[in-house]
Amino acid sequence: MQRMIGKRAVSSLISLVGLVVLVFFLSRLTGDPAALYLPIDASEEMRQNFREIHGLNDPLLVQFGRYIGDLAVLDFGESIRKARPAIEVVLEGFAWTLQLALITMTLVTLAAVVLGSLAAFRVGSLFDRLASMLSLIGASAPDFWIAIVAIVVFSVGLGWVPTSGTGTVWHWILPIAVLFIRPFGLIVQVVRGAMLTALGSAYVKTARAKGVRNRPIIFVHTLRNAMLPVITVIGDQAAALLNGAVVVETIFGFPGVGKLMIDSILQRDFNVILAAIMVTALAIFVMNLLIDIAYALLDPRIRT
Amino acid sequence: MAEHLLELRDLSVRFHTARGLVQAVQGVSWHLDRGETLAILGESGSGKSVSASAVMNLIDCPPGEITSGQILFEGRDLLTLNEEARREINGRRIAMIFQDPLSHLNPVYPVGWQIAETATAHGTPAQEARARARELIARVGIPDPDAAMRKYPHQFSGGQRQRLMIAMALALKPDILIADEPTTALDVTVQAEVLSLLGELQRETGMGLLLITHDLGVVAEIADRAVVMEGGRIVEAGTPYDLYHNATHPYTRKLISAAPGRGEMRADRAPVTPLLSCRGLRKEYGSFTALKGAEFDVMPGECLAVVGESGSGKSTVARLVLRLEEASGGQALWKGEDLLTKTPREMAKVRRQLQMVFQDPTQSLNPRMSVYEIISEAWAIHRDVLPKSRWRGRVQELLEQVGLKPEHADRYPHQFSGGQRQRIAIARALALEPELIICDEAVSALDVSIQAQVIQLLGRLRDELGIAFVFIAHDLPVVRDFADRVLVMQKGEIVEQGSVRQIFDAPREPYTQRLLAAGLDPDPEVQARRRAERLALQA
Repeated sequence: MQRMIGKRAVSSLISLVGLVVLVFFLSRLTGDPAALYLPIDASEEMRQNFREIHGLNDPLLVQFGRYIGDLAVLDFGESIRKARPAIEVVLEGFAWTLQLALITMTLVTLAAVVLGSLAAFRVGSLFDRLASMLSLIGASAPDFWIAIVAIVVFSVGLGWVPTSGTGTVWHWILPIAVLFIRPFGLIVQVVRGAMLTALGSAYVKTARAKGVRNRPIIFVHTLRNAMLPVITVIGDQAAALLNGAVVVETIFGFPGVGKLMIDSILQRDFNVILAAIMVTALAIFVMNLLIDIAYALLDPRIRT
Repeated sequence: MAEHLLELRDLSVRFHTARGLVQAVQGVSWHLDRGETLAILGESGSGKSVSASAVMNLIDCPPGEITSGQILFEGRDLLTLNEEARREINGRRIAMIFQDPLSHLNPVYPVGWQIAETATAHGTPAQEARARARELIARVGIPDPDAAMRKYPHQFSGGQRQRLMIAMALALKPDILIADEPTTALDVTVQAEVLSLLGELQRETGMGLLLITHDLGVVAEIADRAVVMEGGRIVEAGTPYDLYHNATHPYTRKLISAAPGRGEMRADRAPVTPLLSCRGLRKEYGSFTALKGAEFDVMPGECLAVVGESGSGKSTVARLVLRLEEASGGQALWKGEDLLTKTPREMAKVRRQLQMVFQDPTQSLNPRMSVYEIISEAWAIHRDVLPKSRWRGRVQELLEQVGLKPEHADRYPHQFSGGQRQRIAIARALALEPELIICDEAVSALDVSIQAQVIQLLGRLRDELGIAFVFIAHDLPVVRDFADRVLVMQKGEIVEQGSVRQIFDAPREPYTQRLLAAGLDPDPEVQARRRAERLALQA
């Protein structure tokens, strides 16, 4: 297990380095922050001064070398916009996103596993068809559209929940609900398929021949086997949310890492972009590791 | 009329499938008493397993439908009971074991837990159930029961897994054990052990044993009575002795005459220059040695049978010679040239002369290609063999040669039966007019009667076209009528090789003797003799 983690860490580190290099140079292509932060009528001297302070005057390679050097001592640089360490700004946003992703994925997993299992157990029934249809709609609905419609209906029309921002429990409801739909639709379908395969398997026949009751057949014999393919998809979806639900966070003005990244790109806040990318990459690495560990826990064949 | 422990009366089951109604069994009646063994004998599609599934309530309805009949267990009709009452009977009064124990055991739970579950599902406290499971694991002959309790199915051998299935079925001392092809996937020596374990346990517990099998040898070994099924009907019933000697139904007679290993053995041939000679052929996987220096020759136009149990290295030989895997050492001289050192380009030329037929034609034939495409693909690769204008005619010729019809060329593999598919695979191998065909368990997955036909076909190809065969099999009787010489392998080594007459009539090595003694003969009298021999060898 430790060797697996080590191997993974090394290969992930290599991709991370590549990513940092790529993003560092690409972000510089977006333009000069001085043009954005200083008034239009700022003098060339003021602009030079601004660039000097933020180290934007040196040749790109020198800037890059300095950045890597700072990184080595875990200094991610300053945010131009907030005049605070970039990493602080990112971790704040990430904490919001992490909460949002955790709550959403927990709800999605619970609901999808129950619904998908029931649909598989009563395959062909009205319930199954309804579940399949709803999950198909859910999996294919565009989230930006749902988000806007939800705001129009529930916030503006009915006035049940706030349109955007944070502060109270009510602020969380719409973002979670909107983020819930797509992974839910997808995972219901995967669970249903995996459960169908597992229910048709030979060991279920054995369990029935042993006189095992229906409930343990579904929840003990079948579910654990069916969860193997499901976990992969859950992991993928969770990673996507951790990456920042960019569209949904922006629409709801949710201060997560997705919105932060968009804002930083628009405002040429290079250090924040880079720090955000590294933090989410680390989160995705940890996420994948958790999936592998879950796999090994569920399936003894992988352990040995 | 005396009450039987289990009696089926006039049972009919049909299935609603995409291709319409399939009548799986029609008006089947049989009975089973305490302490006796009833065998249901039949080939695939005969409906032999369906009545047992009906007893266990394992038929899914829909698509299945029981249209008539009664299943009387101690006089009660099981078909009139509710689900819960049926569940109560399953596992406690009537238990079942299956073919292929690996897929029938849950891969993610320890076997101890799975065996105990039979008892806990019927209300036994967990502690007691675990103690019983441990006892049973020891009883069925698994070493170190405490450690075995915590292991998972994939950590056991095939024979051990079937023993564990038996332990699981017997957890609550059922009155009836249904065994559906319990030894089909096992090696011959393991098969003999599992069957004798079943016999012993039956004598201990006095349970009735219902054995479903396609193998006359298994019937001869263990059954008190047998019914023969064909096309969903019982065509004949009787004791194994009666069935073997006084069969009246043509199907039963066909089954008996198709049983391999009863014909004339081939005469020894004069030695000639070998087509293929392997010298010191080795294969290692890490620290595991799969093949330890194999030395053998294949003469032109002869059939060399390679027999051995799983893990003996017999398939490794084939894969090394064909360069499907790289050897760790040694030589494979094809007409004097070493195949193992040829470049890929040189090897591609030689491949024309060396073809292979695999065990499972369902997997080895591409399901998206028509028969015409499958056979003619060889000519698309080896351009100089046949001009494209003659492909169709040649495909039709080949199909006729293997006993299929020319119009089959445009069909797809799934439209054929298992035996027909294997004929297609043979036609494909013949397309390049090879001098040697390696058959890796090419008839193992086929029904006995089909097996006999395919072997006959291969024999004809050898005699008419002079093709040499390397015929890999785990089943000794199958090679007896067909092979010229036999090579017996065990644990990566060739333990004995000789002419077919020498191996079968005067085996020198103890392992060959054990292998021969473990084989099951369809004649109950011969089989009784064999059993005695086997026990003597064990002692």
